[in-house]
Amino acid sequence: MLLIDCPSCGPRDENEFHYGGQAGIACPTGDMTDERWAEYVFMRDNPKGWFHERWFHVHGCRTWFTVERHTVTHEIRKPR
Amino acid sequence: MTHPDFLWRNPDPKPAYDVVIVGGGGHGLATAYYLAKNHGLTNVAVLERGWLAGGNMARNTTIIRSNYLWDESAAIYEHSLKLWEGLSDELDYDLQFSQRGVLNLAHNLGDVREGRRRVNANRLNGVDAEWLDADEVKKFCPIINVSDRARYPVMGATLQRRGGIAKHDHVAWALARQADAYGVDLIQGCEVTGFEITGGRVTAVETSRGRIAAGKVALAAAGHTSVLAERAGIRLPLQSHPLQALVSELLEPVLDCVVMSNAVHVYVSQAHKGELVMGAGIDAYNSYGQRGGVHVIEAQMAAALELFPIFSRARVLRTWAGIVDVSPDASPIIGPTPVDGLYINAGWGTGGFKATPGSGWVYAHTLAHERPHPLAEPFALDRFTTGALIDEHGAAAVAH
Ligand SMILES: Cc1cc2nc3c(=O)[nH]c(=O)nc-3n(C[C@H](O)[C@H](O)[C@H](O)COP(=O)(O)OP(=O)(O)OC[C@H]3O[C@@H](n4cnc5c(N)ncnc54)[C@H](O)[C@@H]3O)c2cc1C
Ligand SMILES: [Zn+2]
Repeated sequence: MLLIDCPSCGPRDENEFHYGGQAGIACPTGDMTDERWAEYVFMRDNPKGWFHERWFHVHGCRTWFTVERHTVTHEIRKPR
Repeated sequence: MTHPDFLWRNPDPKPAYDVVIVGGGGHGLATAYYLAKNHGLTNVAVLERGWLAGGNMARNTTIIRSNYLWDESAAIYEHSLKLWEGLSDELDYDLQFSQRGVLNLAHNLGDVREGRRRVNANRLNGVDAEWLDADEVKKFCPIINVSDRARYPVMGATLQRRGGIAKHDHVAWALARQADAYGVDLIQGCEVTGFEITGGRVTAVETSRGRIAAGKVALAAAGHTSVLAERAGIRLPLQSHPLQALVSELLEPVLDCVVMSNAVHVYVSQAHKGELVMGAGIDAYNSYGQRGGVHVIEAQMAAALELFPIFSRARVLRTWAGIVDVSPDASPIIGPTPVDGLYINAGWGTGGFKATPGSGWVYAHTLAHERPHPLAEPFALDRFTTGALIDEHGAAAVAH
C-alpha cells in the first residue's frame, strides 16, 4: 500500500485516495479537430520512471493534488 | 543422467530478418508460429528481453471464453476459441485445455440486464451462451453461496459452456517448439532499446545484442508497448497497471467450473494440480513494478469468501502481479502505426491470454499482407480519432 502525502492531511494510506492519472492535461481551446480531441481524451504518457500524476483524497479532505511518483520503485516526491 | 532434449534452439541473432517480433510472450510466439505455418514466412526472429513467456503469459489466470458483447469482439474472440479447440492436436502437445464452463455472476439488476443482453447478443453471433437463474447457478456450481442475505447476492449468471482454462506454460512451450521447428529464431536475453527509422520507415531495431535489420517490426510487448512506441515517436492511448493474482495450497477437487464476478472483482477456478487460482482487479496507479498492494488482494479474498464460504480455511500460497496494457475501451489495438513497417498488437490488458491463438493468427496475416486481417480491422489505432470505439467494459471490465 502506498503512503501518499496529502497537502492538507499529511501522509495517509493509498486506499483513502482515488487515482486521477496523468497531471497537466488541459482542456484544449480554439479550433478543435478530431485529432486534437483524441489527443486530449485518450492519449496519455505512460513512462517507465518518474510520472506527474493526480490523486484525489476522496475519503479525506477531498482535495485534488499532484505528486511525482516513480512507476518502478513507487517512490513519491514533491513534483518538480 | 542426461538432460532431456530442449524444445527449441537458443540461437544468436542473425544480422537481418524479414520480420522481427518484439516480445516473446504468448502473442509474440503465436504470431511467429502462424507467420511460418499460414504464410510461409520463416526468416523471422522473436526478440525477448528476459526468457520466453516470463511476462504476463506466465502470470495470468488462464481463463478462456468468447462471450463478449459487440460483434467485432465476439468475432475475434470466437475465432480464437475455435482455434483453442484444435490447438492441442495441432501442436501435438497437451495444453490441458478444459472446457469446463465459465459463469459470469450478476449481483444486481444492472448486472442481470447486462448479462441477459449479452447472452442474446452472443447467440446472434453464434457464440454459445445461456442465462441461469440463481437456483440454476447453485445446481451448476454447488459451492456458491446463493443466499439472498449475502452482501452481494447472486441473482443469476451467464454461462458459456465452451469456456474454460488451459495451462499457460504448455501453450507457450508448444508454440515455441513449433515456431522453432519451422526455423524461426527465438532469441532470449535480447532487449530492444530503439528503432532505426529512415524516411518514415523502420529499417532495424537496436538491441542489447546489437543492431538487427528488419523488413518489418511487430510489437508484441504487452505492458511495455508504450515504452517501445515512445522510442519510435508514437504516443498511444495505453496505461500500464499491475494486475494481481494468487493461488491457494493444493486442495482436493472442489470447483469444476470457472466463476467470475465483475461487480466484486474476483474470478476463480481450480487448476488441474488442485490449487485455487484467483485474480483481482487492477491496482489503480500506473506501474511497471510487477507488484501491487496487499489491500487489493485482501478485498479480492473478502469477495471470494462471500461467494464461497467453504474457502475460509484455504491458505494463500503466493501472490504476484503482471503489468497489463489497459486501453480506454477495454479492447485491443492491432495493426499498422504512423511509422511504415512498424506494427502494433497491444491493449489486451487484463484479458489477452484467451486471445493468444486468435491474436497471433490475425497479426501474422496483417504482417504478411501488409493490411489488416478483416477481424483485426475494427481494432485499428485510428478508432480513437474516428470515435468508433469497441466498448467492452461490461464484458471485460477487470475480468477475463
Ligand atoms: C494476474 C493476471 C491475470 C490474467 N488473467 C487472464 C485470464 O484469466 N484470461 C485472459 O485471457 N487473460 C488474462 N490476463 C492477461 C494476459 O496475461 C495478457 O493479456 C497476455 O498474456 C498478453 O500477451 P503476451 O502473452 O504476449 O504478454 P507477455 O507474456 O507479457 O509478453 C510480452 C513480452 O514482451 C517482452 N518485452 C517487453 N519489452 C521488451 C523489449 N524492449 N525487448 C524485448 N522484449 C520485451 C516482455 O519481457 C514479455 O515477455 C491476465 C494477466 C495477469 C497479469
Ligand atoms: Zn487530505
